[in-house]
Amino acid sequence: MDLKLTPEMEAFRDEVRGFLQTHEDRYAPNAGDERPREAALEWQALLIDHGYAARTIPREYGGYGAEPDILKSRIITEEFTAAGAPRGFANQGISMLVPTLLEVGSEEQKKRWIAPTLRGEVVWCQGYSEPGAGSDLASLQTKATEDGDDFLISGSKIWTSTAAQADMIFCLVRTEPQAPKHDGISYVLFPMKTPGIEVRPLKTMTGSAEFNEVFFTDVRVPQSAVVGGRGRGWFVANATLKHERGMLGDPNATEARLHSLIELMKTERVDGVRLIDDPVMCDRLMQLQARVLTMKFNGLRLLTASMTGESAGMAGLVVKLQGCELNHQIAALAIDALGELGVLYEDGPYLRSKGSWQRSYMFDLGLIIGGGTAQIQKNIISERGLGMPREPKLASV
Amino acid sequence: MDFSITQDQKMMQDSLSRTLSDSVPLDRVRRYAGAPADAGADIWSAIADFGLAGVVTPEAYGGLGLTLLDAALAAQALGRAVTPGPFLGGVAAAIALNEAGSADQQTRWSPKLASGEVTAGLAISEPVAGARDGAGVTAASGKLTGKALFVTDALTADLFVVADRSGNLHLVKADAAGLTRAAMTTIDQTRRVGELTFHETPAEPLGGPGTLARLRDAAWVLLAADSLGACEVMIEKAVDYAKERRQFGRVIGSFQAVKHMCAEMAAELEPCRALVWYAAYAFDEARDESSLTAAHAKAHTSEIGRFVARTATEVHGGMGITDLLGLHFWFKRVGLNRQLLGGPERVRRLAAQIQGLAA
Repeated sequence: MDLKLTPEMEAFRDEVRGFLQTHEDRYAPNAGDERPREAALEWQALLIDHGYAARTIPREYGGYGAEPDILKSRIITEEFTAAGAPRGFANQGISMLVPTLLEVGSEEQKKRWIAPTLRGEVVWCQGYSEPGAGSDLASLQTKATEDGDDFLISGSKIWTSTAAQADMIFCLVRTEPQAPKHDGISYVLFPMKTPGIEVRPLKTMTGSAEFNEVFFTDVRVPQSAVVGGRGRGWFVANATLKHERGMLGDPNATEARLHSLIELMKTERVDGVRLIDDPVMCDRLMQLQARVLTMKFNGLRLLTASMTGESAGMAGLVVKLQGCELNHQIAALAIDALGELGVLYEDGPYLRSKGSWQRSYMFDLGLIIGGGTAQIQKNIISERGLGMPREPKLASV
Repeated sequence: MDFSITQDQKMMQDSLSRTLSDSVPLDRVRRYAGAPADAGADIWSAIADFGLAGVVTPEAYGGLGLTLLDAALAAQALGRAVTPGPFLGGVAAAIALNEAGSADQQTRWSPKLASGEVTAGLAISEPVAGARDGAGVTAASGKLTGKALFVTDALTADLFVVADRSGNLHLVKADAAGLTRAAMTTIDQTRRVGELTFHETPAEPLGGPGTLARLRDAAWVLLAADSLGACEVMIEKAVDYAKERRQFGRVIGSFQAVKHMCAEMAAELEPCRALVWYAAYAFDEARDESSLTAAHAKAHTSEIGRFVARTATEVHGGMGITDLLGLHFWFKRVGLNRQLLGGPERVRRLAAQIQGLAA
């Protein structure tokens, strides 16, 4: 074990720090639910130009074209986190569609979609889940029937974030109804302005509509919009999910959240006593700190494994389950530390941190469910990690 | 940047595990646990022959000159095999000699400890875990008076590293005048602890509170690593049992309720491994983080250890609580590790103090 960085890597760290200091006045976060604003688009362009976004995407598709280097990526993440600098867009188009197109898209699809997606000019939403197909995604029913050179798509999707703002959707539809359930699915791209699409906001317990329901009635889409081959959608989507899993559970963000909680407990007082001086509260904080450290160092193990090309095995399988739960627990302790103030919401003179702890506490519960519920994660851990048998299928339904 | 154990370290662990399964199989541990008079000399000689008695002693004194990470990896293998023996006290004594011993003390003791000829017990519980029932040792003009509880290998060790009430350390020979020793019976008979009573007992000074903190950190890491190894085996045994045991016409390991218990154990334990590794690494290479990470490693593996011990036993159904299967040896090992040198709440309070978050 040797955690020292080479002089080359230290020099790279200085370079990133230098960039962040020079451009501090141009930091522009991407505002949550809305389409990116002008300043955010400019910040994104600056990040791509310097290789801090779209770093390893080939230049011909609008990226920076650097060789993959996990250590450099980590240094970028650490320095941006430490400086509180926005990391550029992390939308589903960039994190899921772009890697998928790079892997299985046609040359025409790559040329047309990757660069504007990276720059934030084209916003995408993802049409996977359906009301009847959540954990059992492959049982999806939205159907695409052939009509000349086109498909006519009918059905509905749910949990579609940014559907109301999106220009385009990457969507799973059933093109071969007779095929076994995994083999009859195609992955198609089409504009959200196409006639026959209706988006209804799905209000969640946080009070805002992070998600939508999307309804399709005879939506006409050319068959050329299929990515990776007709009937291959399940395998294409799984290539994308692999990329999604890679970005789940960022220990830097969790560590930053713990530090905010420590600050909260040092400043917040009850009867004049700081929360951190309450032994019970302090003990809970220390329990969470231990967990944050385990996830941080587990992250270093994963990093080392990817540098050497070895499989991370169990260390990789547990990240989503443990990371999401930990984030939720940190917010939960913040709420308890706030006590009665922890039930305030939206605005008012007593609200702390603009209600962000309350919002996180509720929103993070969705993250535990999304991308595979905790129970699905436990199935994966027990089957792939521990080699336990699958639950037998019922004889007939 | 390389956060992993080396090929050599993996080989050392595997080779140690093979040695232990040959020389100290479970039925040998079972005999040791059932016979308080069994001193386990053959067990210690297998460990010493492997070189572990001198794992952190410099090569100049006949040791292997390795790091606490290597010692922790050994402790993990010892925990896996629920191996008896004075490993913890030996490493602690070697660290005390390395960091605070005079040239004369090092020359006199290090080679004998490294060869395994002399074994050491650790008597630092009162200043670390807190004093109960009036325990504690007072030093005056080179002599110790008082009593120390939960001393490792109290009846069999040749030499003790003893912390007094002010945190100063002393070396005391087992045959020193005015020293009496008594066994304490605990749940975990794979390792033995006891009580030392000092009455004007001659002692050699060996380092102050700074050295005590180092011994505490090292011991916390070793106990955490021991629990890690014990928990690994409990999970493996639970999974194996669940794949074999049939109920309702199929193996119980195909029921989600059982699979999820196993997945939860694995998901909780796996990240502990990285924390234990880092805490051991920090002891030698990142000293400013050493106490904090050692404390968290100790407290967190104790919490996860209790969860794993309970859940793995539950997966085994009624068989889990029988002596027949022997699962309880690991259960109790983890139970002792949790309380020894401070339970989780006490250790976490110290973690908070180290960061200035608690008074």
